[in-house]
Order: sequence, then structure tokens, then C-alpha cells
Amino acid sequence: MQVNEYKPLIVAFCCNWCSYAGADLAGNNRLNYPADVKIIRVPCSCRVNPMFILRAFQRGADGVIICGCHPGDCHYTSGNYYTRRRMALLFSMLDYLGIERERTRVEWVSAAEGAKFAATMKDFAEKVASLGENKRLEDLRCKK
Amino acid sequence: MQRIGVFVCHCGTNIAGTVDVKAVAEALKNEPGVVFSTDYQYMCSQSGQNMIKEAVAEHRLTGIVVCSCSPRMHEATFRKTAQAAGLNPYMVEIANIREQCSWVHKDMPIGTEKAVILAKAAVAKVNLNAPLTPGESPVTKRALVIGGGIAGIQTALDIADAGFPVDIVETKPTIGGKMAQLDKTFPTLDCAACILTPKMVDVAQNEKIRIFSYSEVTDVKGFVGNFDVTIKRKARYVKEDVCTGCGLCTEKCPQKNVPNEFNLGMDNRRAIYIPFAQAVPKVATIDPNYCTMLKTGKCGVCSKVCTAGAIDYSAKDEYIEERYGAIVAATGFNPISMEKFDEFAYSQSKDVITSLELERLMNAAGPTGGTLLRPSDGEHPHTIVFVQCVGSRCAACEQKGKEYCSKICCMYTAKHAMLIRDKYPDTDVYVFYIDVRTPGKNFDEFYRRAVEEYGVHYIKGMVGKVSPEGGKLKVQASDLIYGKQLHIDADLVVLAAAIEPDKSARGLATMLTASMDTNDFFTEAHPKLRPVESPTAGVFLSGTCQGPKDIPETVAQAGAAASKVIGLLAKDKLLGNPCVAHSDEMMCNGCSTCEKVCPYGAITYQDKEFRMPDRTTKVRRIAVVNEAVCQGCGACTVACMSGAMDLRGFSSKQIMAEVDAICK
Amino acid sequence: MQNKKSENLKEQVLRMSGVNPSKCMRCGKCSGTCPSYDEMEYHPHQFVYMVENGDIETLMKSDSVYKCLSCFACVDRCPRGVEPAKLVEALRLCVIRQKGKNHMTADDIPAVLDDEMPQQALVSAMRKYSK
Repeated sequence: MQVNEYKPLIVAFCCNWCSYAGADLAGNNRLNYPADVKIIRVPCSCRVNPMFILRAFQRGADGVIICGCHPGDCHYTSGNYYTRRRMALLFSMLDYLGIERERTRVEWVSAAEGAKFAATMKDFAEKVASLGENKRLEDLRCKK
Repeated sequence: MQRIGVFVCHCGTNIAGTVDVKAVAEALKNEPGVVFSTDYQYMCSQSGQNMIKEAVAEHRLTGIVVCSCSPRMHEATFRKTAQAAGLNPYMVEIANIREQCSWVHKDMPIGTEKAVILAKAAVAKVNLNAPLTPGESPVTKRALVIGGGIAGIQTALDIADAGFPVDIVETKPTIGGKMAQLDKTFPTLDCAACILTPKMVDVAQNEKIRIFSYSEVTDVKGFVGNFDVTIKRKARYVKEDVCTGCGLCTEKCPQKNVPNEFNLGMDNRRAIYIPFAQAVPKVATIDPNYCTMLKTGKCGVCSKVCTAGAIDYSAKDEYIEERYGAIVAATGFNPISMEKFDEFAYSQSKDVITSLELERLMNAAGPTGGTLLRPSDGEHPHTIVFVQCVGSRCAACEQKGKEYCSKICCMYTAKHAMLIRDKYPDTDVYVFYIDVRTPGKNFDEFYRRAVEEYGVHYIKGMVGKVSPEGGKLKVQASDLIYGKQLHIDADLVVLAAAIEPDKSARGLATMLTASMDTNDFFTEAHPKLRPVESPTAGVFLSGTCQGPKDIPETVAQAGAAASKVIGLLAKDKLLGNPCVAHSDEMMCNGCSTCEKVCPYGAITYQDKEFRMPDRTTKVRRIAVVNEAVCQGCGACTVACMSGAMDLRGFSSKQIMAEVDAICK
Repeated sequence: MQNKKSENLKEQVLRMSGVNPSKCMRCGKCSGTCPSYDEMEYHPHQFVYMVENGDIETLMKSDSVYKCLSCFACVDRCPRGVEPAKLVEALRLCVIRQKGKNHMTADDIPAVLDDEMPQQALVSAMRKYSK
């Protein structure tokens, strides 16, 4: 590992029923992933308001990932379908604003996929780290 | 301002091994709202919990952050602790510094830094927490079963056995459903009527069960525990409480040419009829489409012969309203239409029949009195061809067939073939199959018996064409294993038609806000773990309305649905999940977007009067969330354009605060 | 088992016919419905199976491809929408192409173009002789 490698700030929204449990499983199995990832628990991926993601970027996050149940497995039947559509729209807007596509991601992680969770977070963190600091949406007034 | 206590758990060395817990506790002391911060070996232990309770009393805490294992593990524990200490249990937040920190990071400084951030996010959230109380709603201790087939009958009997009143709504004049039309049942070959009709009598005699036959559900309002249902009782022109079921009217009625739907139109009945001898309720019904009296006002034979005076030509549809705590959908199935399968000549020849029609032809109470005769000329058929998977596993054309396997056809075809060979050993029976699917207790043995003991010719291949020619049916088919094309002169061709959900199911699902799959089968709340519940609370599924199944499976599912209903009705009050959506009526603009995304139908609209600043009043349409129905997914909160909708326990402000804390 | 050539051939047949043989559930309704079954060495369901397994050359050598009447009964009645007759048609085209005759390259086309030629004929020729 390089010493001066950029440590990104990553916010992960995880649905309570699948992905958060998947993250717990990654922990139970002691699967390492970068500590740059900070998880916020939401009841369902469809609770993630695009505002939250914009807020994260505004406050200086370098990447945001949303994890939900696999399509068809949503605890609330259809929540992750809403997420999929909403995020497709949001991401295309972010694209337009010049936020690199790799800084945002939607991933389906089930409660049994601890390994996938860890691998996904590792991969995502690496991609975001290679992009460096996210300045485009950062609100300097938020900096102290 | 909250007064927050932070409790950092060592979890032995599980956390303390990678996270400097003392540093975490120290770092959080200066966070806004935090008045107390400490660490302890095992926070979840009795002494750890006592420590929390004491701290609450000593520091007059209003909120608690526990930095420990996953909330999926001990959130409930610490909520109880908070409650015991006199706090609202929803004033507790967990920072997951074990599964998502100490266990996945090896480096102490990195782990400590992340733990601090996670704890700060939790503190930021608790600062915005509000005490939540789960809503309570009463439970009406009465169940409604929609559909009076074997599924509905079994569900109703089981619920009534537990002491709860049940109503069965059945569209036909009698309960019994498809099973009443069957002859024998696989794999034991006991006669369907012999095992079904005693159950029908049990239903009729059970004081807890009311049967609304010849009725339909026309409206459902309300929610789990309190469904207000409107039931339409169609006019049967016979007073149900007066008719003795003697059947004299059904013999004297001069209108004899009404296709008998119970025998699938293979014989005729009168305009006033009782579907079959063991019907429950055994009450005559006048068919208004054929009754001369109702159509022209000239006849009245039935009312003249009825000694009980039960006939009432002036009867009208009646609507009754009743409140139920739970609803069970048991709407059942129908075989699909064979009209579109031109290659099998179903519409061209009377001797091409469906398996259900064969059931009636073999039934002692059927149109032929149980002797198997060709519908066209009444002769004994000597060569019979069975075609499997007609319309099942048919992905090519949606209008014609169904993509799924109908599950029951392999077994009933084996049963038919076996029964025919048993009764008429001079008959040649061919079964054309794609695969023989026999997963079930004694099922494969049963099918093998048909082949080995009864000499049924099972041929791997499909029938390509059936053409009626000179009183025979020319069957052209392939034998894939022999590698030959077969030409059979058959007397009777029996099509194992795919089954589809009853047409009434779609309308019912809309009324119940229960979801359906693309084939119109009801969707279960979880395909494995909640197979008899609909995602809509208080709505349960029984029988083939959920998917193709045979009688034993249907009965098992009916019992399972009943036990779920009993579990619900046994409660006096329902405690809701307090983390539900709520709408700020001052901000809501009544746009209906939230209603459309809600998977549970929990959102309705009402017109409410608002006082304006100039002392006038204005009526506005606003969204109202039914907290007993809302499951708290939050889909509506994002869909809401005016920002009126929010989720308790996971409010936008709380999540934003977490984001801010993490991104600081 | 499959060599490069037969794989290329299979790919060609699938592309030309637009058929996905893995949709087949081996019910044999195509062969049950085929009016020239007895004339054929290989039968409609075998066409599907053999193409799926890449055994194209055997089929091209067999005169079964010319026994198919193109009545499309199998296409109409296949419960899975596999369309075996389209495979047979594609195999016939493969045979023609292999002979090298009756073949046009894209460069040859401008020379034979005239204003009278309907657009559709051009498009269908391109489809038939693509690449």
C-alpha cells in the first residue's frame, strides 16, 4: 500500500433487511474492507432521498454507494425498484454536473453476501480513491 | 436540547482489541448534547445495563447512544433498558462499532477514528430523535373467507374451531368449488365427494360459520383488524331460510334447456336448479337468464309446486356490510380456454375434452352416470389419447397459454389413465408427455403403477395435430425416444388444460390492495418464510389463488392461513411499528404521488378545512397515513415533492444529520 | 467436441435464423406436427437439438433440409417459440453459401443497382448475404 494514497470519504446507505445484514456478515466473517466506508442504516434503499446524496457531496464526501436487497427480494416488495429508477435519474444528473460516474453506485447485497459486501466496498473505495478528492459539489461554506 | 449519554462497549476484546474505547468515550464528551460518556466491558450484561439505568437517573439523560455490536443484535435489549430507566425506548441509537468497525479493520488508529465518526453520527441522530409510541388498533374478532372451495372450507373450519366467527363468501349457489366436481383423488383414489361433502356439512352445521352463497365481495375498506366489507347477495329468487331443498321445483320447471355448468355444459339443467345433490346450502336458485317467469312474466310453475312458499320473483340484490379483522383470499382456479388451440380440434369435435370434463364423465353423479361414453355418440371409447401440458409451460404465445407448470396435470392424468384401464381393460390408453413431474409423497409410485400395473402407454413426445375424420380422431404425434411419428385413430382425446387463477381474483386484489404476479396469482409476503400471508397486513392466502397446487397442499396451506388468522384474531389490540410515515398537513399539496408508490395502500386522502390567516377557511386535500397499515419503508418520503412526507425514526433531518456527522 | 469451424457455422446459423435453441424444452411438438416427418432423416426436434450441439455439418449434408416444406406448422405450434423451420431455412442458406456461388459482396451491389429496384429487395438481399 502506498503511504500517501488518498483516503476518500465514502458514505454507504444500507437497507436494514439485506445489505446492513450483509455488512454485519462481512464483520462476522472478519472480511476486511477500507475504513473509509461509513454506513448509514435506512429501513429500505427507497428511503434514500437523492437529497441525502447531494448533501453528502456538498459536505465533502468523495463517493456515495446505496445498497439494497436484490430485485424481487425487497422486504417491502418494491422499494428497491424505486431506488433503481430514482438513482438512474439522479446519476444522470450528477453526470451532467460533472461528477464522475464511479463516485456513485447502486449495488444489491443480500443478507447472505458478506463477501460480496466486502468486495464491493473495497472495489468502490479503490475506484473513488483513484479519482481523488471530489471538489465539484463541495460547499466551501461547510468547511470549517 | 437533549441530554445524551454515550456508552462504549468493549465487548471483551472484540471491540477493545481494535478500537481504543477510552479514546472514543473521551472524544465524544464534547459533542453537542452529550453530557455523559463512559466505557464498559460488556454493555449488554446485567451490570452494563444497570450502569445505563443509573446514568439515566444521575445525569437526567434524555437520549442514549450505545457504541457496541450491530443493532440487529442488541437494539431491542438496550431499548428495553431505556424503557426500564423511564426513557422512551426510541430514544436509543446504536453505533455499530463491532461488525462494521472493529471486526473489519485491523489497525487501531484507523478503527478508533472510524468508531468515533460512527458514534458522532449516532449522537447527531439522537439529538433529533423524538419519543415514539406504537399506535394501537382494535381487532374485530371475525374473519372473512372469500371462496368456498376446499381451501376456503378448510380455512373457515380451522378458524371456527378456534372459536372465532367466520363468514364464507361464494359466488356460486353452493360451496364445494372444483373439488366437488372431481371424481377420484390421487394418489389414494378415494372419491372426492366422500371426503369433501362431510366437510361441507360441517361448515353448514358449525354455529360459528355463516355461508353467503351466490354472493360477491364488492367493496373493501379499512385495514388489518378492521376491514369494512360490502357483500352483494345476488337475488336467487328463492328465500334461503324457507326453501327446504326438496327439489320438486327443479323437476317441474318447464325450461329444460339450460347448459349445466356444474357438468361443464355436457348436459342440461332447469332454469331453477340445485347444482348437485349434496349442495350446501341445499337451496334452489333461479337462473334469471333462462327463467320464463322473470323474462316474460308468464310461467310461475315453481311457485305453484313449492309447498314451502319459498319462491319470490320480486327478490332484489341485497348488500350487507360487515366488519372483519382478517380476510382470507381463496378464490381458486379455472382451466384455461382451449378454444385457441386449433391443433387439438377442441372446438371442432365433442370428443376432444378437457380433463375436468373427463372427471364429470367418470363421476357417478355426472351426465353419463359414471359410465365413460363419448360425448358425440354415446359409444364406449376404445382408444383414448391424453395430451399433457396443453397451455402449460407455453412461453410462445401469451394469449394462448401460460408460462408456468400447472403442477397437478401429471398426477391427475395418471389417475385418469389408471382408472380407465381399471374399469375398461379393453381400452388402449396413450399419454403423451414432455416430462412426468411427480414430486410428492407416493406420487412417483402412483405414476409407475399406472405404467407397470395398468399398462398405460406413456410416450415421450407431444401431439402435433388432432383431426376429426369419419367419427375418429386422427392423432399425429411424435415419439421422441423411438424416433418415429405416430398416427393413432383415437375415440377420445383428453387435454390436460393449464390452470389459471379465477378471473375474480384481479378485481379482488385491487379491492384488498394485495399484490399479484403477472399471471394473476396472489403474491405472498415472502416466498419462503411467509407463504400464506399477502404483503398487505391482515390479508391471507389459501389454495390455488396463490399458485397451482393439489388438494393435500391446498388443505395444508388452508390450515396454515387459518393459524395465521387465529394468531391475529387472538390479539385484542394490534401494536404497530412506530417508525411509520406521516404527512405534514401544512405542507401536503394532495398530489397523490405518495399514494401511488405505497406498496401497502396505507395512504388515503381527505379534505380538511384549514383556517387561513385572514380568518377565512379553506378546504384542502391532504394525505393521511394509516399507521396500522404502513410498514415504514419510506418510499413515499422520497416521492413526496413538497417534502411533507417523512418517516418517524428515520426522518430526513436525522439522516441528513448522520450524513453531516460522517462528512465533517 | 466442437471445433472452430463448426462453432463458426453454429454462430452463423443462429444469427441468420434468429433462433435460440436453448429455449427448447424437448417436447417434440414440432416433430409431432410435421407433415413431412417420414421423409426426413433428421426431424424438426433433432434440428434444434443438433444445432444447439453444434452438429451443423451433418445437417448440411443431409437432404432433410430440402424435405422441409416450410409450412411453418412447427413455428406456429411450438409452445416455447423456438421456431425450428427458421433453423432449417438458415441451414439451406448455409449450404448455398458454402458452394460459394450465388454470393455477392457489398462492393458488387452498386453495379447492379438501378432506379427501378425496390428498396426492400436491396435490404433483404443485404440481410440474406450479410458479410
